[in-house]
Amino acid sequence: MLESFIVPLLAATVQSGTPILYATLGEILTEKGGVLNLGVEGMMSMAAFVAFAVAYTTGNPWLAFICGGLAGTMMAMLHGFVCITCLGNQVVSGLALTILGVGLCNFLGTPFIGLAAPGFSKFAIPVLSSIPYIGKIFFKQDALVYFCYFIPFIFMIFMNRTSLGIAITAVGEKPGAAAAAGLKSIRLRWMALLGGGFLIGLGGAYLSLAYTHLWANGLAGGRGWIAVALVIFAFWRPGRAVFGAYLFGGVMAFQLRLQAIGTHIPSSLLLMLPYALTILVLIFSAVRGRGGNAPAHLGINIEPEG
Amino acid sequence: MLGYRLQKRDEPWSWGAPIIVVGALVLSLGLSALLLELQGKSAVEGLFVLWQGAFGTSWALEDAILKSIPIFLCALGVATAFRMQVWNIGAEGQFALGAIGATWAALSFPDLPGYLLMPLMFLSAAVCGGFWAYIPAILRLKLKVNEIISTLMLNYIAILLLEYLVFGVWKDSKSYGFPVTPEFTGGAVIGQIGDSRLHWGFVVCIGAGLGMWAFMRFTRLGFDIKVAGEGQRVAIYSRLPYGKLTILVMAISGALAGWAGCIETSAVVNRLQPSIMVGYGYTAIVVAWLARLHPLYIAISAYLLAALRIGVENMQLELQIPAAFGSIMEGLILMSVLAGQMLVTYKITRKK
Repeated sequence: MLESFIVPLLAATVQSGTPILYATLGEILTEKGGVLNLGVEGMMSMAAFVAFAVAYTTGNPWLAFICGGLAGTMMAMLHGFVCITCLGNQVVSGLALTILGVGLCNFLGTPFIGLAAPGFSKFAIPVLSSIPYIGKIFFKQDALVYFCYFIPFIFMIFMNRTSLGIAITAVGEKPGAAAAAGLKSIRLRWMALLGGGFLIGLGGAYLSLAYTHLWANGLAGGRGWIAVALVIFAFWRPGRAVFGAYLFGGVMAFQLRLQAIGTHIPSSLLLMLPYALTILVLIFSAVRGRGGNAPAHLGINIEPEG
Repeated sequence: MLGYRLQKRDEPWSWGAPIIVVGALVLSLGLSALLLELQGKSAVEGLFVLWQGAFGTSWALEDAILKSIPIFLCALGVATAFRMQVWNIGAEGQFALGAIGATWAALSFPDLPGYLLMPLMFLSAAVCGGFWAYIPAILRLKLKVNEIISTLMLNYIAILLLEYLVFGVWKDSKSYGFPVTPEFTGGAVIGQIGDSRLHWGFVVCIGAGLGMWAFMRFTRLGFDIKVAGEGQRVAIYSRLPYGKLTILVMAISGALAGWAGCIETSAVVNRLQPSIMVGYGYTAIVVAWLARLHPLYIAISAYLLAALRIGVENMQLELQIPAAFGSIMEGLILMSVLAGQMLVTYKITRKK
């Protein structure tokens, strides 16, 4: 049971939690700067497609991974143009971004359906992978997973220890006061949004480069929305985001494995699990009462003076 | 930046709204045409086929009216919630629940005469759709759970519930394995109006539209909803029952989307099947926002977006352009309307 079910399940958990973690961290960065971005689902889909297309045409998965991130940044730019420059409603703009992104990748991706592209494959890290159980779970993964082990720490140091990170937090809390203190509020907001978009894009790229190696419509499958919910669950903190992302990774992996074994539970009920869990997670965070941890100016545009 | 800045207008630009909507439509058409060119397809031919499909024949015009029925009802619903700044993104799921509710009534009481069964189906659809919207409403009120995400997650759950039912307990034994319920018969089918292709769901639509307009305009509750739309604080200072109003707008919203689901199953496909879920609930958000939440404009923009969907179907048939082209246009329209809206309150001036 342990060797044949639990260990492979946990290894799959790490893999399927990784794209969610990238996206959740990206959304935390975005929201820290005060912009609510509900376009994550669209951005991940678009990034997954761009990454796949680049990997397919160039054969270079690393380039593809970076291009996926840049696709996320481009989408974030559109959101920024509507919300930061044109003062549009952030909620509706995010929804529009999702509609647009999902539509665009399904449209452009049609000729790629069924093709396979080079991606990232798993390799064992010497020594570490020979630790019993732990090695198989954590150290027989692909490069992007290993990469993801470091990102939360870098993220934490960036947000709490660098002046840029602290300035971004200030803009999300009180853009007026930040501006009075000499910070360029609008510019910082843009940086948080575009940087966050890049991370979200990396999460999307993971889906087509490491998770599947092929392109299909609806590849994001609601993970973008789960990431948005996890930001609330994480109280805007990277540490808890790690926990949340792997919790969801676990549920998704578990659900897939149950289907593979062929239980008597109908697959549609199993597929409901992650979505139902998202609602439960939100309820849980609400009961813990830390929704008040949100950046004070989240979702509120900075009006021009005069 | 760039030497330009926004300056507040002394008074709102009165002609702004219609000009911006038209401008947004033109811009999105232009960008979509560009996208076609980049794909190596002729934009002129594409847009011509789109136009032909949407407005070229009387058959297409009728089709657009038929398709605009569910979109209109869903949009009327989400607009009611948006008015109070309650972000109901769940019309898609509430639509599915309405279809499930109506199917339950139709399959449970197949022998009832139409004048009893039809009201029962509409009631059941409204209760199911309303209930699906009540869950996020109560979660938001009692626990401050973000309704945007909860309504969205409930969409996914609703669609899977629908699939579970048609793949399982409600599956037609004579369907050769296809996931469909038995066909509705007799009183469970909404009939055509006279000899036309229109069905009586159209009349329900007009009734709902007029009803909502009158409700918002002439009743105390409608007035309260508008006041509460100014924000929760305003509502509390005005001694309005903010919580009850939130539940009310969500229930209305869900019930209307539920009716859309009922009409779609009963009048269009005559049975429940997963293919009824084609994203009307998401299109409804675009429609409501384009129409600035006003019932009459919702009717117009529902018609336009229904026509767009049919035009895109035509492009799909004639030029092998994927159906996703429609959502690209919807996304572009919504984004450009949002970006343009600032011109109502601001003007762009050169920096001194």
